[in-house]
Amino acid sequence: MDFTFLQSPTIIQISGWIMAILTLLIFSFLYKDNPFYKFAEHLFVGVSAGYGVVIVYNNVIVPNLVTPVMNGRAYYLIFGVLGVMMLFKLSRKLHWISRWPLAYVVGAFAGIQIIAYGQSDLITQIRATIQPLWVAGDPVATLSNWLIVFGVLAGILYFFFSKKQTGALGVVTKIGIWFLMISFGASFGYTVMGRISLAIGRFQDLLEFPVISTIVLLIIIAVLVVHTIMTREPVAEE
Amino acid sequence: MNLLDKFLILDRRWVFLLMALAIIIPLLLNITLPFTPDKAVEAIYNELETLEPGTRVLVSCDYDPGSKPELQPFAVALFYYLFTHELSPVITCLWPGAPPLVESALLEVTAMLALDGRAAPLNHIDYVNLGYKQGAQFVMLSMGSDMRGTFPLDYTGTPIDEIPVMDGIENLNSFDLFVEISAGSAGTKEWVQTVQGRYDLRLAAACTAVMAPDCIPYLQANQLFGLAGGMKGSADFEKLVYDGTDYIGQATIGMNAQSFGHLVIIIFIILGNIAFFATREKR
Repeated sequence: MDFTFLQSPTIIQISGWIMAILTLLIFSFLYKDNPFYKFAEHLFVGVSAGYGVVIVYNNVIVPNLVTPVMNGRAYYLIFGVLGVMMLFKLSRKLHWISRWPLAYVVGAFAGIQIIAYGQSDLITQIRATIQPLWVAGDPVATLSNWLIVFGVLAGILYFFFSKKQTGALGVVTKIGIWFLMISFGASFGYTVMGRISLAIGRFQDLLEFPVISTIVLLIIIAVLVVHTIMTREPVAEE
Repeated sequence: MNLLDKFLILDRRWVFLLMALAIIIPLLLNITLPFTPDKAVEAIYNELETLEPGTRVLVSCDYDPGSKPELQPFAVALFYYLFTHELSPVITCLWPGAPPLVESALLEVTAMLALDGRAAPLNHIDYVNLGYKQGAQFVMLSMGSDMRGTFPLDYTGTPIDEIPVMDGIENLNSFDLFVEISAGSAGTKEWVQTVQGRYDLRLAAACTAVMAPDCIPYLQANQLFGLAGGMKGSADFEKLVYDGTDYIGQATIGMNAQSFGHLVIIIFIILGNIAFFATREKR
């Protein structure tokens, strides 16, 4: 499909209006929940669902079912029937029918993932923690390896519950908790960075259309003020 | 009620407002703060530098508009690098929202190349977008054994056998390099788990900041040779790729706002803790 038409000035202006209106309607939730935010939210859900249906039909059902069957490979209908059986999950009486295709999916997926996960996340990761505790001439690498080895052992020991965590074991597991807390902190920091990045992305898009964004922002503020006044509950007299 | 008490019950909308200002003002005033590229991002760039012209690089774009600010700048910088060094990207997508973003990135790079006075890259000759394929790990496994059977047609509906840039490509091992741009599942984790070890692939990833802590162990274990995490990773990559040009990437511009946003959060955390501990006895 040729997408060059997306670069025409008219399309860019129209997309700027739509983008600014929907972004600021969603941001209006930060002031308080309101019908305009709900409108944008429902629109997003509806458009996403519609887009998903079209994509799945064109990319899954047509090439994997319709085309093969039309080309004489009738046995593909078996997979189509399995797909239809999955929909029985919605029925209270006949939901048991959906267990058959589900069993097939779970079996196939488990077969693929158990070995793959064991190789990549278990064996390779264990191998990566077996580090030399002395790297000649490189004190930073030595310290880094000590941290990896000791951190892994202390973290694992924290989850060893067959012995009361007191004495020397208690000290090591306490250090294990610190390692875990630091990793949670790092994850949280990255998450904050990710969320701010998303906000930056929206603002960058809005600032590409400063006039449109300002007009939309002022309209939404005015509408929110009117809505707040109209829906304000009267203060009960003492 | 003193200032600290008031701070503890501060309406959160003031925090939102300050955060918005911390982001908007640096974007408007073009305030720039220095930053240094991370070693894990440099590793991606250095690996690209070793490739001979004509090498085909597999690029899996597994993201959607939700993570565009973090990952699209990386995709644009990567395509710009590949086209300016006569390397040919073969693009696949495991996320349904990705193909339009890929097309948008290619259009942006084409415009940049035009400004440089370079010819526009030709579809099917210099690159190919194979489009979206449903199936996640099953698609990855299928690509490992039979790339042409997995993608019999490209995004425009052209049969794979009629696409010159795909000549000689049979499976994942046909590529010298594989760069994965990922916003979640299916993404970096699944590529590493499902095919990296099995086919011994040279795999690098650009992922969202949320995913980065989960991917760092793969970097440590050499399952990934390079990693660009979040907007910072994209900005690092842009800095390396656009060095010596007039381009300033979107992630680089965003990083200045990012720094001010973080500053606001740090200040609020410190003030919040001071207020909490100072008024603890009173409560």
